[in-house]
Amino acid sequence: MTALITSLPTEFKVAQVDYSAIAPMLIVTAGALVGVLVEAFAPRRLRYAAQVGVALVALVAAFVVLVTVSVDAQGLTLERAVVIDGPALFLQGTVLLMSVLGVLTMAERFGGESPDAFTPMGAAVPGSPQEASAMRAGLMSSEVFPLTLFAVVGMMLFPAAGDLLTMFVALEVLSLPLYLLSGLARRRRLLSQEASLKYFLLGAFSSAFFLFGAALMYGYSGSIYLGDISKAITSASGELDGLLIPGVVFLLVGLLFKVGAVPFHSWTPDVYQGAPTPVTGFMAACTKVAAFGAILRLVYVGLEANRWDWRAGVIAVAALTMVIGSVLSVTQTDVKRLLAYSSIAHAGFILVAVLAFDKLGVAGTMFYLVAYGFATIAAFGIVSMVRQGGSEASHLSQWAGLGRNHPVVAAVFAFLLLAFAGIPLTSGFTAKYAAFSPAIAFGGRAGVSLVVIGVLCSVITAFVYVRLIVLMYFTEPAGGEVVAEMPSPMTTVALSIGTLVTLGLGIFPAQVLSLAESSSVFLR
Amino acid sequence: MTNPYVPLLFLLAIGGGFAVFSVFAASIAGPKRYNRAKLDAYECGIEPTPQAAGGGLRVPIKYYLTAMLFIIFDIESVFLYPFAVAFNQLGLFALVEMVLFIITVFVAYAYVWRRGGLEWD
Repeated sequence: MTALITSLPTEFKVAQVDYSAIAPMLIVTAGALVGVLVEAFAPRRLRYAAQVGVALVALVAAFVVLVTVSVDAQGLTLERAVVIDGPALFLQGTVLLMSVLGVLTMAERFGGESPDAFTPMGAAVPGSPQEASAMRAGLMSSEVFPLTLFAVVGMMLFPAAGDLLTMFVALEVLSLPLYLLSGLARRRRLLSQEASLKYFLLGAFSSAFFLFGAALMYGYSGSIYLGDISKAITSASGELDGLLIPGVVFLLVGLLFKVGAVPFHSWTPDVYQGAPTPVTGFMAACTKVAAFGAILRLVYVGLEANRWDWRAGVIAVAALTMVIGSVLSVTQTDVKRLLAYSSIAHAGFILVAVLAFDKLGVAGTMFYLVAYGFATIAAFGIVSMVRQGGSEASHLSQWAGLGRNHPVVAAVFAFLLLAFAGIPLTSGFTAKYAAFSPAIAFGGRAGVSLVVIGVLCSVITAFVYVRLIVLMYFTEPAGGEVVAEMPSPMTTVALSIGTLVTLGLGIFPAQVLSLAESSSVFLR
Repeated sequence: MTNPYVPLLFLLAIGGGFAVFSVFAASIAGPKRYNRAKLDAYECGIEPTPQAAGGGLRVPIKYYLTAMLFIIFDIESVFLYPFAVAFNQLGLFALVEMVLFIITVFVAYAYVWRRGGLEWD
């Protein structure tokens, strides 16, 4: 005991902070705090414009600083708690760009006074007089913008975390605002609250797994830093494997939950369906980027040394994720649930690239995340526009005949679906190529079999998407007329950017691919 | 007595023994007068309602709100104490960091205040 006390440092050492490396995160945090103050002090009629402005300015400023200043400040900072290296910068930039699109779609009002997707008063009982009077008084949940910024901070820190505790803090910072945001849908309030509660309970459960895993890893290696854990694994004699194996499993469970990998996927369809549609798009794209970034760092920096102990398990998870995600998407009758199961299948495809254990696997993962994220935000943006009788036409049968009434909207959605299916000339094809080729080259026999499963599952999901396209173009509408609301310029910009990136990455992927490859080396 | 953890073992035994002793002593020596209030479920100061919350009955959350706000300031003071004790060693850097931390918490406080979170009714 006395030995323990004397081994602790008695002198305080000031942490070296490289501010230019963490400036993008600080800018977004400051934006979020300003947003909270706006919410507290600005008059009600100014809040919407102020919040959207603050959020967009903060995100764009952070991105500009990231690409101009932070790229030259790579290294370990804050006493190794934050690692700004190629993958961290690439993924942070991706998160920032996508969250700009996410904020643009969240700000959509469809001619009304307040953001259309969000309830005027989240605390009111659904359908109660309080809710109705809040609606009449013109209240709105403009807190969604600062909440989004806080989530973005967590998402930026997640792939840059150099130790397990920072990773856990980032996990919570990104999760807590998302739990709230998914409960704020304007219509179908009960479904939204159910989604929020389920997400919170299961998320808390998985956070506990992660934390327990971190404790076991600390017990094993005596350090929470990923680099030290890697050294401890390399030099260990094997007598503490009783701590190492459960620790690795628990850490991976916590992270695989966030990306929605089978068997930790059961929250995904419910939350994607219940959350406000723009939030679903933001969450689907950006959470995946951040969580896969964290998985990459944990696996490639911390746990690669004993990968033969746990690789088989993750291979099984990847195979299950692809198969269950694509097979269950066939039976879905709700557009948002369909896209949710498709996102589960995509998580499986990305895991195939992660399991390549090579620089090219990192690049493939990151490229896939970019391609999938932009297409997803645009797709959910379109889902929020397509309406019947004043609310979103979520049931698939309501989408019949959309192609006749609104050819442009239907064409864009069909194009995005083809991208999800991985048809050539879309980003989906180049992304699948980038993800699967390192798995074949470096993954051995397991990698090849995973790729075979992945291609077969792509065929299954392609069937689902083509069926939806047929429904939009060649089926007579059964009930009332389905309409695509006229979106505001902001949503139009977001949709156009998402679609153009999907097309651009399908035809000219070389630049982004080479950027991903050149920034695929982790600092330790 | 070479192992430094032996006193902990004693503490554990004394603590467990005291708990067991108290429960038994109370059941033997204590008065036994049952009434309605004693048979109610203990619900953190909220009166138990006969029907579930779905039956149109809203549970007031004032207490939880106050408790959560308390925790924020509780955590703040948890960080302030070690900072104050080690202030002489820490220097300017820690002072600036601490001011930033308090400002951040204060932003949340301003929001709560303006939104009426501090009013009981």
